[in-house]
Amino acid sequence: MELILFIITALVALVSAFMVITRRTPIASVLYLVLTFFCLAVLYVMLGAQFIAAMQIVVYAGAIMVLFLFVLMLLSQRGAQTWEVAGPMRKWLGFAAAGGVLLVAATALQSVGVSDTVLDPEIGTVSSVGSALFRRFLLPFEVASVLLLGAIIGVVAMVKRKPYPSETEEGVEHGS
Amino acid sequence: MNLFHQIPLEIRWVVYVVAMIVFVSLFALFAIWLERKVAAWAQDRMGPMETGGFHGWSQTIADMIKLLLKEDIIPDAADRGLFKLAPYIVFTSSFAAFAVLPFAANLIGSDLNIGIYYIVAVSSLVVISIIMAGWASNNKWSLYGGMRAASQMISYEIPVALSLLVPILLVGSLSMQDLVKVQAGGFWNWTIFGNALGRGSILQLPFTIVAFIIYFWASLAEVNRVPFDLPEGESEIIGFHVEYSAMRFGMFFFAEFANMFLVSGVAVALFLGGWHAPFPFLEVSAETSLIWCNVIGTFWFIGKALILVFIQMWLRWTLPRLRVDQLMHVCWKVFLPFSFANVLIVSLLVVIS
Repeated sequence: MELILFIITALVALVSAFMVITRRTPIASVLYLVLTFFCLAVLYVMLGAQFIAAMQIVVYAGAIMVLFLFVLMLLSQRGAQTWEVAGPMRKWLGFAAAGGVLLVAATALQSVGVSDTVLDPEIGTVSSVGSALFRRFLLPFEVASVLLLGAIIGVVAMVKRKPYPSETEEGVEHGS
Repeated sequence: MNLFHQIPLEIRWVVYVVAMIVFVSLFALFAIWLERKVAAWAQDRMGPMETGGFHGWSQTIADMIKLLLKEDIIPDAADRGLFKLAPYIVFTSSFAAFAVLPFAANLIGSDLNIGIYYIVAVSSLVVISIIMAGWASNNKWSLYGGMRAASQMISYEIPVALSLLVPILLVGSLSMQDLVKVQAGGFWNWTIFGNALGRGSILQLPFTIVAFIIYFWASLAEVNRVPFDLPEGESEIIGFHVEYSAMRFGMFFFAEFANMFLVSGVAVALFLGGWHAPFPFLEVSAETSLIWCNVIGTFWFIGKALILVFIQMWLRWTLPRLRVDQLMHVCWKVFLPFSFANVLIVSLLVVIS
C-alpha cells in the first residue's frame, strides 16, 4: 500500500518537475512546480515528517508560488509570454550547468552514502523542529528573521513613492 | 464496537470520506436554502415558497438540477485545461480540510498531531485555484478579480493564523482533539472564556475573546462573505468567476458553502468547546454509551457550527461592503497589530503561569 503510494507520488513528482522545464508558458511551469511541491509534501508525510509537509505546502505552494503567479500575471501579456531561448549556445550552456549540478549532487550523495537505517519517527514533528530551531539553531534563526525584517522594511521604503503633484493639489481621496 | 474494529482501516476511510461528501453536499443544499430564507427574513419577504411544498424546501435541489442541465460555456480564448480544473481544485482544497474536523469524541477523519496547521495549509491552496480560474478565463476583468481575491485571501490568512495561535498556545498542542478535550465541563470552560487547562482563567479572558473576534471577522474575509465579499460581489463587482457557467460556477458556490462550514467548525473546535455541550449534564460520557456519546457530540458540534453559519448569513444583510483600500486597512493596520499583541501577551501569560 505504502509502496504503491510512493511510486505514484514519486512518478507524478518527476513528471511534473520535467514539465516545469519543458512548458513554454511560464504560468504552466509555475503550476507544475506547485504540483511537484505537493508531491514532495506527500513524500514528507510518508517519512513521518508531517509538520515539514504542512510547512512545504504553506510556504512554497501557498505563499512563494502565489507570489510567482502574481509577478508573472502582472508582467506578461498572453501570446508574448513564452520563454525565448536566445541562440543555440544558451541551450548547451544550460545543459552543461545542469550536468555540473548533477555531478556535484552525485558526488555529495556518494560521499554520504544512502543509508537504509530507519529515521527517528519524531524527527519531523512540531516539537522536534521547534526545539531544534530554538535551541541548536537559535542564532541562525534569529539572524534570518532580522534579515527578513530588513528586506520587508526595504521594500516598504522603496515602494512608498512621493505623491504626484496633481494628487496633492487636487486633494485626491486617500483611503488611509 | 468490536465489530467496528474488525473492519479494515482502508474501508473505514472510504466510508468516512463518502459520508463527508454526502454531509458537505447536504449541508450546501441546506445552507443555500437557509441563505435565501435569512435574506428574505431580513428584507421582510417570504423567500422561496413554491418548490416542494413546505417553505420551498427543495428549491436548491431544483436549482442544482438547473445548473447541471445548463450549457457549460468555455470561452474560445480560455486555457481549457486550467479553466476546467480550477473549480474542482477550489472544492478539493476546502474539502481536504474536513479530514481533521472533530465532529465527536471518536468521529474524526484523522487526528493528526498537526491538525489545525494542516487546515491552514490546505486552505492556502484555495488561493492558487482562484488565481488559476481568473487567469485561465483570459478576460481582464476576471484576471483583476482573481488578483483582488488572492490578495485579500493572502492578507487575511495572517490574522486568521495568529488568532488561532492563542488557543494553541494555551493548550500546547496542534491536534484538534487535544484542543477540544481541554474544554470539557460546561461553557465556562470553553477557550473563548479563557479557561484552557484551568490556568489563570480571568487573566486570559479578554485575550481569548479578542482572538475569537479577530478569527471570526478574518475568516469572513477568507470565505469571501460580506462585509468582505469583494471577490464575489454577485451584483456589483465582476469577480474571478465571471466566465464560468453551469455546474462549474456551481462548484465555486458549493466550495464557498463548504468553506463557511469549515471556518465555523474550526471556530467551534478551538474556541466554543467543540463537541462538548454547554452544560455537562447534556452530554453522554463514552463509558455509558460510545454510540450515544458520539451522536450527541456530533449534534452539539454541528449545531454550534450552524449557529455561526447563521450569523454569517445574518451579517450579509446587516453590513455594507468595504472598499478595497478599507479592506486592506482593516487587515494590516487593525487586525494584524491586535493579533500580534494578543499572541505576545498570551505567550507571556503561558510562560509566567
